[in-house]
Amino acid sequence: MEALKDKLESSFIVFENELDDDAKKPVHKIRQQAFKHFEKAGFPTKKDEEWKYTNLKPILKNDFRILNKSENAIDFKDVKRFFLSDVDSYKLVFIDGVFSSWLSETTHDKFDICTLSSMLNRYEDVTKKYFNKALPQAETMASINTAFAREGAFIRIKKNQTVDKPVQVVFFTTAHDYDIMTQPRNLVVVEENAEVKIVERHQSLSEKAVLTNTATEIFAEKNSRLFYYKVQNDNMEASMIDSTSVKQAEGSNVRVGTFSFGNRFIRNNLNFFLEGEHTESHMDGITVIDEGQFVDHHTLADHQKPNCESHELYKGIYDGNSSGVFNGKVMVHPHAQKTNAFQQNNNILLTDKASIDTKPQLEIYADDVQCSHGCTIGQLNEDAMFYMQARGIPEKEAKALLLYAFANDGLRNVAIPELRKKLNKQIATKLNVDLDFEL
Amino acid sequence: MLKISNLHAGIDGTEILKGIDLEIKAGEVHAIMGPNGSGKSTLSSVVAGREDYEVTQGHIDFEGEDLMDLAPEERAHKGVFLSFQYPIEIPGVTVTNFLKTSINETRKAQGLEPMPANVMLKKMREKMSLLEMDKGFLSRSLNEGFSGGEKKRNEIFQMAMLEPKLAILDETDSGLDIDALRIVANGVNKLKNKNNAVLLITHYQRLLDYIVPDFVHVLYKGKIVKSGDKNLALELEERGYDWIKEEQPA
Repeated sequence: MEALKDKLESSFIVFENELDDDAKKPVHKIRQQAFKHFEKAGFPTKKDEEWKYTNLKPILKNDFRILNKSENAIDFKDVKRFFLSDVDSYKLVFIDGVFSSWLSETTHDKFDICTLSSMLNRYEDVTKKYFNKALPQAETMASINTAFAREGAFIRIKKNQTVDKPVQVVFFTTAHDYDIMTQPRNLVVVEENAEVKIVERHQSLSEKAVLTNTATEIFAEKNSRLFYYKVQNDNMEASMIDSTSVKQAEGSNVRVGTFSFGNRFIRNNLNFFLEGEHTESHMDGITVIDEGQFVDHHTLADHQKPNCESHELYKGIYDGNSSGVFNGKVMVHPHAQKTNAFQQNNNILLTDKASIDTKPQLEIYADDVQCSHGCTIGQLNEDAMFYMQARGIPEKEAKALLLYAFANDGLRNVAIPELRKKLNKQIATKLNVDLDFEL
Repeated sequence: MLKISNLHAGIDGTEILKGIDLEIKAGEVHAIMGPNGSGKSTLSSVVAGREDYEVTQGHIDFEGEDLMDLAPEERAHKGVFLSFQYPIEIPGVTVTNFLKTSINETRKAQGLEPMPANVMLKKMREKMSLLEMDKGFLSRSLNEGFSGGEKKRNEIFQMAMLEPKLAILDETDSGLDIDALRIVANGVNKLKNKNNAVLLITHYQRLLDYIVPDFVHVLYKGKIVKSGDKNLALELEERGYDWIKEEQPA
């Protein structure tokens, strides 16, 4: 960990030199402050309450290259399978941290679907208003991302616009000769009464270790609607730390779905700040992992205003020696009356070696609220298994069908049919079954 | 078709079935009656292959083949069907998808191609009308939120689709009102032919007014203590089970 910290420190100096004149821009002040925070705080350890069950040490021990210059060309046909290809969409594609205009489809027409770097160059007002305004300053991994933030998606949907097709944001890494750490940074602004659907994915194309330390800030303004889906299905050499923070204004409705099937290690910090009345927040998660995998979901629903609702449903299936963490914090501030907060975390452990640490954390300072939470950890229902087998469905298929049905709740709300289909298929593959229908 | 000889079985070390002998031939309808706790449901579970039960002695032969070492699904593939007393709710799996999987897995085991979708749909419609079921039923999650009567009807619907050789109906009449009972019984009677057989397991005689058995057996304390024809059921209805109990050696 110390070695990586040293490396980040020296890389930051190189990074500043590279920026040259750009280092004078206001954004760079924010980077410097964020880096200072990291230098002071260091990497999170198991001594931090928020990292109690999650050991970063083994993830940080690689000799990662921090600043990447190479842009290896990618043929679309080789990576087609990582996209929703049977649907018309806007695309923002990055290769080793560099924007690939060749694979992308951007627009500045009725809305901005472009890159963070061009935003930083063109819209100083946007930087001032939004950049690093949603992420909690105490999150060290997000601070590292902020310090090195240079590229990623910038999506701004102007007032009253509904984006006609989904936006796909895909980050590839290609380095074959060395381990790399990347810092993708996204900014999403959905203005008043606007609507957009976004799919985000990170994919390594190499066999070397990759650490993706990504951060996304989302601002949902008055009466806006956002559907944001994270597909986490990278290879076993890839680890990911995702810090995503959502700020919601009055009447907005935001749904974030997180689908974790791949990677060696995943940590999701997903924060919702409900800053206006009558907002609705939805968090869905489906985790299906096996031998050698780890997924940690840390969520926050911060109810600051009255009459808001948050719904959280996380489902997990753990096979082999895999392990998971779910920590769901719900904070209801004193004046946030008529809050309706619902949280559910259901898990199935398929082996004795699989494990899950699940912790609901409710802090309620208002009296007229409805908050419910529940978590279950179980095995497969034996009565249901016998019932299906007695109807001629073999054990393996019966098991898969039950697990499929268990996970299905979280798919029902995926508003992009092609994505739902793809996730269905990924779950089936993960469960090693071939069912001739979709749930 | 089914030959059970000297069957002893139990759960967690407690013996429940204490030497059952029963033979069912193609074309026959048998009824097993008995007071609560006599072992009726254990018998049906053991024949269907539930692993929680341990068979300590005896044999179950089905069409000349030993069933004992077969998994529940393999027994199903050979044509054994158990209609559950308490059908299980499986949220997220529709009736259609469940049946499709059930039928095609059975066909696969029998070396047959999957049933074409249009053929299956036609058959589903046909069997649903036989059981006077609404077609909205097919897209509902299996047994989830079904009333007791709907669950039982759904069991018979699956039986009609799977066309088993031996159907074991475990307390199929419980939870049914008189109209539903008539519809279900009518369905079973229509599916009955000289090549298949039915084993009814019931506490009450009521169902036997509609599905008339060729043989009636009384199960008591894990043994068949009396066998007869349909008149035995009527006698039980009239006199209760006490006289049977009294006839047994203490």
